[in-house]
Amino acid sequence: MAYPAGFKYTKDHEWIELSGDEGKVGITDFAQAQLGDVVYLELPEVGTVLKAGQTFGNIESVKAVSELYAPVSGEVVEVNAALKEKPEAVNSDPHASWMVVIKLSDLSETGTLLDVTQYSDLVK
Amino acid sequence: MDQATDAPLKKTPLNARHRALGARMVPFGGWDMPVEYSGITAEHLAVRERAGLFDVSHMGQIEIAGSNALDAVQRISCNDASKLQIGQAQYSGLLTPAGTFVDDLLVYRLGPQHFMLVVNASHIEKDFAVISEGITPAGDAVAVNVSARYALIAVQGPKALEIVQPLTGIDLASMKYYWFAHGEIAHVRGTVSRTGYTGEDGFEIFVPPQQADAVWLALMASGEQFGMIPCGLGARDTLRLEAAMSLHGNDIDDTRTPVEAGLDWIVGWKKDSFVGSDVLKQQKADGTAQKLIGFEMIDRGIGRQGYTIYSGEEAVGVVTSGTQTPYLKKAIGLGYVSAALAVPGTEIDIDIRGRRLKAKVVPTPFYKRTK
Repeated sequence: MAYPAGFKYTKDHEWIELSGDEGKVGITDFAQAQLGDVVYLELPEVGTVLKAGQTFGNIESVKAVSELYAPVSGEVVEVNAALKEKPEAVNSDPHASWMVVIKLSDLSETGTLLDVTQYSDLVK
Repeated sequence: MDQATDAPLKKTPLNARHRALGARMVPFGGWDMPVEYSGITAEHLAVRERAGLFDVSHMGQIEIAGSNALDAVQRISCNDASKLQIGQAQYSGLLTPAGTFVDDLLVYRLGPQHFMLVVNASHIEKDFAVISEGITPAGDAVAVNVSARYALIAVQGPKALEIVQPLTGIDLASMKYYWFAHGEIAHVRGTVSRTGYTGEDGFEIFVPPQQADAVWLALMASGEQFGMIPCGLGARDTLRLEAAMSLHGNDIDDTRTPVEAGLDWIVGWKKDSFVGSDVLKQQKADGTAQKLIGFEMIDRGIGRQGYTIYSGEEAVGVVTSGTQTPYLKKAIGLGYVSAALAVPGTEIDIDIRGRRLKAKVVPTPFYKRTK
């Protein structure tokens, strides 16, 4: 599966799709393949304030549970409640399965994220 | 696991086949094993609805033979092997003097004084040492680790009989659960046993390692029209958990006895003393502080191995296995709680990464096949 060119990525296999000072956050195709069948998502409340690298939730596959890490600092302004009801979508369409929207508190942090070429090299 | 982590992983005779099929391989008990091919959920459902094919060649086999072999087996295993007829198998335990599990195993009676024990992959060497020492007082009986002689392939699911029968002259339809027979399977000499670890009907097939791939391919070809697919250890674990079958290292280990684990039925209460029997008899008379229970989550969440179980503010036990089951589509698990709470309907809380979520004790197995 191709990684969207417009997204930024982390070494922990999250992606963020930036739009102005907000970004939708999800996990990459590589991450979902490692997890296996996703069955449960634990996501934060709207209003939660996160630091980059901080855990914002958990994703559970049949096999195991993994933490979700915030790619950037900011406030959670939206949570994808529909995805919580259909967590298997993370497997079938990982790059459309956003989990939260973070309003960035420091736009300069995006400079530390990986672009699509760097991320594709990482998981090659 | 027991082996040093830097030791090279062992490979079953089907390792190349798994890789050719695109399986995801993981280290398990010192072995390089397939955890999934098409996905745990798809594989789990295939076994419940049609059939699945498993490589379980990592399991160990230890034979005990000699004129006092029955006495030897009786000393080192907790079930009553004298009840076995030739061609019959039983689930049993290899216990410590404290009555706790060194391992769980299947005991096959090959002859009047000839047995084969099938043990967990990661415990083969330890079990062999414990067994060799434990049978010494029986006199004429020897234990031999024959694990390298066998590949073990399991066909599990409601279509298993239709898939395996065309490949063998053994009359499988009349073979009862936990019986076995020797014969040819896909033109290979082997042993077919009506056993498994999934809660479904099925067969486990012992064949020489050199012929394992040929037998695997013949089974795949025979199973194709029934929708059989290869299945990995991931589905094996979720299937056995739905059927509430204990996993050594999770639900039973060298700190737990068969009585605590609700496995009183694998204890030969009427036979002569065996390793651990004094403790078991005491526990049967006095009860145990904790009991193994099945639970189902009420709140959304999955209680996993190692999570603490609470009743009110009091920590009362620990989860030993837990998952979201693909077939029942519920979060279920096994765990130990104070004996007084081991009653279906009792509400408990499970600490899931800092949050106390509600669950309730339910009867096991979670899944029982209709038949």
